[in-house]
Order: sequence, then structure tokens, then C-alpha cells
Amino acid sequence: MTLEQSARVAEIPPSGIRRFFEIAEERDDVISLGVGEPDFSTPWAARDAAIKSLELGKTSYTANRGMRELREAIAEYVTRFDLAYDPDGEIIVTTGASEAVDLAFRAFVDPGDTVAVVEPAYISYGPGVTFAGGEVLPVPTREEDEFRLTVDALERAGAADADALVYCYPNNPTGAVMSETDLEPVAAFAREHDLAVFADEIYAELTYEGEHASIAAFEGMRERTVVFNGFSKAHAMTGLRLGYALAPESAVDAMNRVHQYSMLSAPTTAQYAALEALASCEGEVESMVEQYDRRRRFVLSRFEELGMPCFEARGAFYVFPTVPDGFDCETFAEELLREKGVAVVPGNVFGAGGEGHLRVSYATGLDDLREALARIESFLTERDLL
Amino acid sequence: MSEREVLELLRENARYGTDDIARITGLDEDDVEATIAALEEAGVVRGYQAVVDWDELEDERVRAVVELNVTLDRETGYADIASRLARFPEVTALRLVSGDYDFDMEVEGDSIREVSRFVSEKVAPVPEITQTVTHYVMTAYKENGIEFGDGDEDDRLSYSP
Ligand SMILES: Cc1ncc(COP(=O)(O)O)c(C=O)c1O
Repeated sequence: MTLEQSARVAEIPPSGIRRFFEIAEERDDVISLGVGEPDFSTPWAARDAAIKSLELGKTSYTANRGMRELREAIAEYVTRFDLAYDPDGEIIVTTGASEAVDLAFRAFVDPGDTVAVVEPAYISYGPGVTFAGGEVLPVPTREEDEFRLTVDALERAGAADADALVYCYPNNPTGAVMSETDLEPVAAFAREHDLAVFADEIYAELTYEGEHASIAAFEGMRERTVVFNGFSKAHAMTGLRLGYALAPESAVDAMNRVHQYSMLSAPTTAQYAALEALASCEGEVESMVEQYDRRRRFVLSRFEELGMPCFEARGAFYVFPTVPDGFDCETFAEELLREKGVAVVPGNVFGAGGEGHLRVSYATGLDDLREALARIESFLTERDLL
Repeated sequence: MSEREVLELLRENARYGTDDIARITGLDEDDVEATIAALEEAGVVRGYQAVVDWDELEDERVRAVVELNVTLDRETGYADIASRLARFPEVTALRLVSGDYDFDMEVEGDSIREVSRFVSEKVAPVPEITQTVTHYVMTAYKENGIEFGDGDEDDRLSYSP
């Protein structure tokens, strides 16, 4: 056998963002609003705890499911979203939420199963389903609905016949959130059509104006839902690679079966950092959330002034403005990058419903945001679009 | 509440325009202007200044933190001594503090000689002052909330999912 790609891998198209990287490399004054991770460093107390754990030689594997203390802290933490999970059987600590997502697909998707993917979406779900041998059914959401998932969208896409549903709210790339009222009919739909639900709630903490609601908290949903969360976003810990999944005991058992053979355990140093992050960094998280919220309001009002309509995103750290008439999103993103050195991600990268939009991240300081928006303004002015 | 938010933004960067502050807070620009005017009027906002890293400048600038101990009597309180000291242009900051000494005073000048002379000739002779301890600033790492390092490199990739 030679090293020829498996059919599953060959099926995955190369990333659409590659060539943008290369263009960005050519300039040294690029302001990037293309970033999907916090600009803040991990709160110092959490970094310090990681350093101390290294000094003490805490460098062995942990229990497959993660340190018991950390699972207890997670159980306590998620009560704020009205979620109750037993640290002993219903929580598994993973190498980033990314691993949790992958575990769920591998543990619950059989070849031929259909997974409805709510789009625009974080780019991992489709490939993850494919690697597990499942079929992807895109469920486009629409700007008129502020990119929320509706029963209408599910029905139109034919999701009633799917086996599972995966989504992320607060959403990457749109910044959309789902309130309790928005989730209710979706939960009813999942029960009625017997869908498993994979709810990526990694941006839960980054919800502005209002509270994050989890679908797993609805009657009859806990037994069919896996919740993903992690420390990358709210605790600014992307590089430490730590996330977790919450699910009923038998489901966590199944995911753990994959995890114990593929990963053994999540990084130990990161687990110490996470433990401290939950124990003492709430104030810092709040202050980061406050900073994001300021930037969000600033960016939204600038796009409105620039005549690039943008629904009021209330979560994560993204807004999703519409490109002006006569542009497709890729051309706009490319010309803006070449001419003005502002990097944004074309919306079509994120699947159905993303065409005609840009993902603009505000995980960047206000000074850079002001400058970036001024450059976008001059880009539009030069084209007589303002 | 909006007052507090406007104040925080001005403290973060006093050069944010009223238009930007309006965008960030969601207030009308007129309201922002009125809020700032009211803060100035009430003496909450006392001024706007640049934060300078003198180490980056060719010209020398000498700064010292001076601890002052004082004795009070029936006629003279802390405020009397303070108002006398604060009038000197060399004094850039003056605070009454708790602990081993009474006043914490910051002084600036063009040379060590100038600052020393100021302390020994103008401050020490004040009758209520019983002791002065002068600490020259050698390097500033952070002033007014602004770090003076080269800044944390943003080493994030310019695109990430
Ligand atoms: C929606 C969503 N889920 C999961 C992840 C991956 O997170 P982690 O760093 O925990 O693997 C990201 C990262 O961008 C994301 O945006």
C-alpha cells in the first residue's frame, strides 16, 4: 500500500482561506480582523497555576476523562447555564472543544447517517461528519432571521429525516445567538423527529445583552444532547488546548472509548490552568466580555454608517456585514486586503448562507478596530460607494 | 451609569473622539459631549495629558518620589502643608498616604542637581516637615496603566477559523 489519500480525506476540499494567507504575507501593515481567537492572553493566575504545576513535576497523564477536581469545577461552572452534569460520569475533558466535536461524530455517527449542519457554521463540522462516514445535510439560516435556527429552516432543508443536528450558538461566524424562546421550537423539532443534538456552546460566556440558553436544559433534551464547551474563548486559552463535553453517562462512555485510544487524556498542564481559571478568573473573564461588548457596539455602528448592513450580532466576537452590491464576498475580501491591508474572512467559507457576507472579528483592540474601519471607509469612498 | 462608562473610556484613551465614544456606548454624541462637559464642570475630570516614557527621549528628565514626614499643630493641618507644597511647579503629584510617612510627593526636573536642590532648599526647610527621603526613579515600566515594554507581540495567525 502506498500513501494514497483515503477516499474520506480526498472528499474534503482544501481550505478556501489559504490564498489569503499568502496575500497577507506580502504586506507588513496588515490589521487582521480575520482572527478567531481572543487577543487577550490567558489570565495570569491560570498561567501561573500551569507554571507551578510544571515546577512540581505534574507532567503525567491524568484520568482519561480529566482530573476529577477539574470535572467537579466544570460541573459547578455549567450550573450558570441551568445545566446539571455529574462530574463522575457525565463530563469528559478533551483536547480543545475540537476533540470533543470529533469524539461525538465518531461515537454517534454511523456510515450513512445524516447529520444536519446549521450554516453558516464553524468549518470543522462538515469534515468531522465526513471523517466519521456520515452524510452532511446543510441547513442554511438567513439574515432575515438574524441567522437564528428556525423550524422553518429545518423543514426546508429536510432535517426531519436526519439522524442528528449540529450547531453552534453563539455562532461563529455570524455572532447570532439563540434565546430560550428561539430554542424551544427547535427542541420540540428534535424530539418529534428523534434527532440527536450536538450543541457547540464554546462561546456561551460571550453573550451580550441577555443570557446564554442551552438546549440541553429543555425537557426531554438532556438524553439526546451532547454539549461542547471549552476554555479557548472565554478564558483566552486557545493554545492550551482544553475543552469538554457534557452528556448522559452512556454517551460519555462512548466518547471516552474513542478518547482513551486516540488521546488518552487532555494536556495535564492545561488542566491545571483550567482549574485555576474556573477558581479565580471570573473577574478577568467579565472584564474581557465587557471589552468585547464595547468593540461590538463600535463595529456595528461603524458598519451601519458605512452602508454595509449588519444585523445586531449579540454573541461570540464576530459581526457579519453584507458586502455592497456588485461585489461577491471573496472579491471584496481580497481587494480590501490587497489595497488596504485589512484582513477579513469571506462568508462563503462558512457554507450555505454565508455568500455576500464577511466575517469580521472584533477580537482586536479598539485602536486597531478604529484604524481598520477607517481603511474600509476609504476603500468604499474610492469606489464611490459612500 | 453612562457617566461611569464615558469616564472609563476617557481614562483608557483621552483622545477617543466623542463620535467614537458615542458608538461604543450607544449614547448620542450630544449626550456624550454633555456628559464630558458635566464631568469637567464638576471637577471630576481635571485634565488630559500625554503619558510619556522619558527613557525614549534624548533629553534627560529626572523624576523622584519623595517621602515626607510632618508634624501638625493646632494651626496647621495636612491640607495647609499640602497646598503650600503643591504650588511649586516642580511638584507633579502629591498625596497623603497611610503608613510610615505622611506625604508621597513626585518631583520632576532637568537634572539630579536641580531636583536635589529643590528638595533641600524648598521642601526640607518647611517648618512642619521633619524628614524627607528622596528616591530617584531609575526606570519606569508602567505609568497610568500603560506598560512601557515593547508591547506584547500579537503572534496570532492573521486568519484562523
Ligand atoms: C464554534 C467553535 N467551536 C470549536 C472551536 C474550537 O475550539 P477549541 O480551541 O476548544 O478546540 C472553535 C474555534 O474557533 C469554534 O469557533
